[in-house]
Amino acid sequence: MFSDLRTTLAATAISGATLCATVPAMADVEIEYWQYFFDARVTAMEQLIENFEAAHPDITVTMTHFPYANYRTQVAAAIPAGEGPDVVQLFYGWLNDYVEAELIQPLPTDVFPAAEIEAEFFPMVSAMEQDGQYWALPTAVRSLALFYNQRLFDAAGIEAPPETLDELVEIAATLTERDGAGNITQEGLTSGMTAQDHHWFREVLVRQFGGAPYSDDNRTVTYDDDAGRAALAFYTGLEQEHGVTQTGFMDEPQAAFRAGRAGMHIDGSFRIGALNDTRGLNWGVAELPAGPDGTRSNYSSYWVNAITSHSEGEKYDAAVLFMDYITSPEAMQIWLEVVGELPARQAVGMTDENANDPIYGPFIRGLAYAHTTQFADESAQRQLMVEMVERVQLEGASVADSLATATQAEQTLLDDYYGD
Amino acid sequence: MADLSRSDDTPPERGWFSARWHRLSIRQKQVVWAWAFLAIPIVFYVVVRFYPTANAFVLSFQEWNLLGARTWVGFENYIDLWNDPVFWTVFANTFEYLIIGTPISLVISFIIAYHLDKVRFMHGTIRALYFLPFMTSAVAMAWVWRWFYQPVPIGVFNNMLAQIGIPQIAFLQSTAIALPAVLAPAVWAGLGFQIIIFMAGLRAIPPTYYEAARVDGVSNWTMLWEITLPLLKPTIVFLVVFSSIGFLRIFDHVFNMTTNNPGGPLNSTKPLVLMIYETAFGGRSQMGAAAAQTVVLFVILLIVSLVQLRILRDR
Repeated sequence: MFSDLRTTLAATAISGATLCATVPAMADVEIEYWQYFFDARVTAMEQLIENFEAAHPDITVTMTHFPYANYRTQVAAAIPAGEGPDVVQLFYGWLNDYVEAELIQPLPTDVFPAAEIEAEFFPMVSAMEQDGQYWALPTAVRSLALFYNQRLFDAAGIEAPPETLDELVEIAATLTERDGAGNITQEGLTSGMTAQDHHWFREVLVRQFGGAPYSDDNRTVTYDDDAGRAALAFYTGLEQEHGVTQTGFMDEPQAAFRAGRAGMHIDGSFRIGALNDTRGLNWGVAELPAGPDGTRSNYSSYWVNAITSHSEGEKYDAAVLFMDYITSPEAMQIWLEVVGELPARQAVGMTDENANDPIYGPFIRGLAYAHTTQFADESAQRQLMVEMVERVQLEGASVADSLATATQAEQTLLDDYYGD
Repeated sequence: MADLSRSDDTPPERGWFSARWHRLSIRQKQVVWAWAFLAIPIVFYVVVRFYPTANAFVLSFQEWNLLGARTWVGFENYIDLWNDPVFWTVFANTFEYLIIGTPISLVISFIIAYHLDKVRFMHGTIRALYFLPFMTSAVAMAWVWRWFYQPVPIGVFNNMLAQIGIPQIAFLQSTAIALPAVLAPAVWAGLGFQIIIFMAGLRAIPPTYYEAARVDGVSNWTMLWEITLPLLKPTIVFLVVFSSIGFLRIFDHVFNMTTNNPGGPLNSTKPLVLMIYETAFGGRSQMGAAAAQTVVLFVILLIVSLVQLRILRDR
């Protein structure tokens, strides 16, 4: 329907422009698009802009990108000053702040009807909806999967990646190697709450052990129960009990995996590009191992595009057309091929070709059962997970105590954020 | 021609400003010119120093997340800070950096300078070698040291320990060792500068004092305590204040050596500046709270500097 509408609008615009060629009001429109700098994302967006401009010769899109570190600040400073982008990219977790600060405006319901988005996109985009209308939409989403080193698997005679958490521990133990002094020289599984493990813990392990990390309204922390304790005991047990991993090994989990010093590694789909560029690394991807009762779960996150509040008139109309294109199936397929991030629409993601792709497949299949955490402050919430594990590992705190402390701290953070 | 007959005091065709100018004495004109030239740095300082500083004071009583409007919250940011256990850990860490860092760096740099002063062989080259770390980017240096500290199999120190069969040390992953481990490269980096200043101080002591002492048969040790150190006092005062401020403001070494878990593990290496940075530019950009922390840091720096100057001043 979107593509039909797009064609109609494009046709109208083009014929309109032809008819009124002499009327200055129909002059070319220039809109600005902002995103943070990440090589593949910029390349993909250049391609999308080129296609869009070909279909809409009267619209020019200029892209500006900033280093990730000061992206948020730049956006915050520019828009209230009446400058900056018409269409802006933002992390899904920032939406509330942007809406409250009136930096973005809701998407027009005629072009982006909520019901249709809910039917066509993967379910986690519903976090972008408030009061029946959508404020932003993603082109692509990310999920987690288990990367494994094929060469190490072959050398150890392991035929297939683990299907369950028990198998994960078992295979990791087979792959772990130590030197004479007992130091790990090759770890079976990477670990580190500073990387993606905090997502694995919250949305995957806690759920697989029968719990839920947060209440339905996202305002209450609910992992301080048997499920949470079992999940944390499992996680810390990987290092302390089974000795198949070591926090800080090779500095970063993904570095250990890229260096071929780790058998398995849990990471996001955005890591595909970097691993593809690693010479001599023969790797494969599998869905995250299932929990004790067979439960599968995953975590998904995404960046969204939104129309800023200062975009008006012709620019606004052009911005709507552009938003429509960059959230179209065509754009999603391009994004998948260039960036390696997964299409946000089920119909595009779940094509036989994509869902059975040996690399993208496990991530895309993971989207079907993925959860998205509504963060109040992602880095602070991650830090609490880091410290939760550190208390157990460095200070000998019990799993139950450390989990309780983390729960309390995170609840304070949420209360503060939601203004309770 | 008619102008010539006119009195110089009141040239009618001149404007008011011109008239006033000509009435000034040479001394007054000098003052005006001095202020005119001074105006440039004053304006500069007001715009880039005083205004932001004043703004930070005001901001510390407000709540602002960069995106929305600022709202007045009174002393709330300071009260929150007072009740935040992390702040007190960070506060203690900051002083630990100061209390360990300053004396160690001064003693080491003095010992090196004292002996380097006596070295004639390749003096310039050796001095340059000591100075090199000071010129190296703190970020690059921190990352190299971070690599040194890694566990087996990539860390240099731990690999050496493993070679001789000693268990590896969790340099950056231990709450007890991480702070000294992060401090070590910071001390090392500052040595070059302090050595140069100490050497300049040593060179400024008239050699006749030593000659006289030597004639009297005074030992080297006594010369050091009775002549060198007392005469180096101005140098020592400068370096104590300067390096104290440096250690109280430590940031880049800590931030770069612990980027995955800034100031960790368990906040054991977090200094005040890193806390300010995280509060301001972390997830939620709590600029008001960060400004309050900045004010606290400012007060600490001020007190420490004043106390040091008072203790070390010449009586």
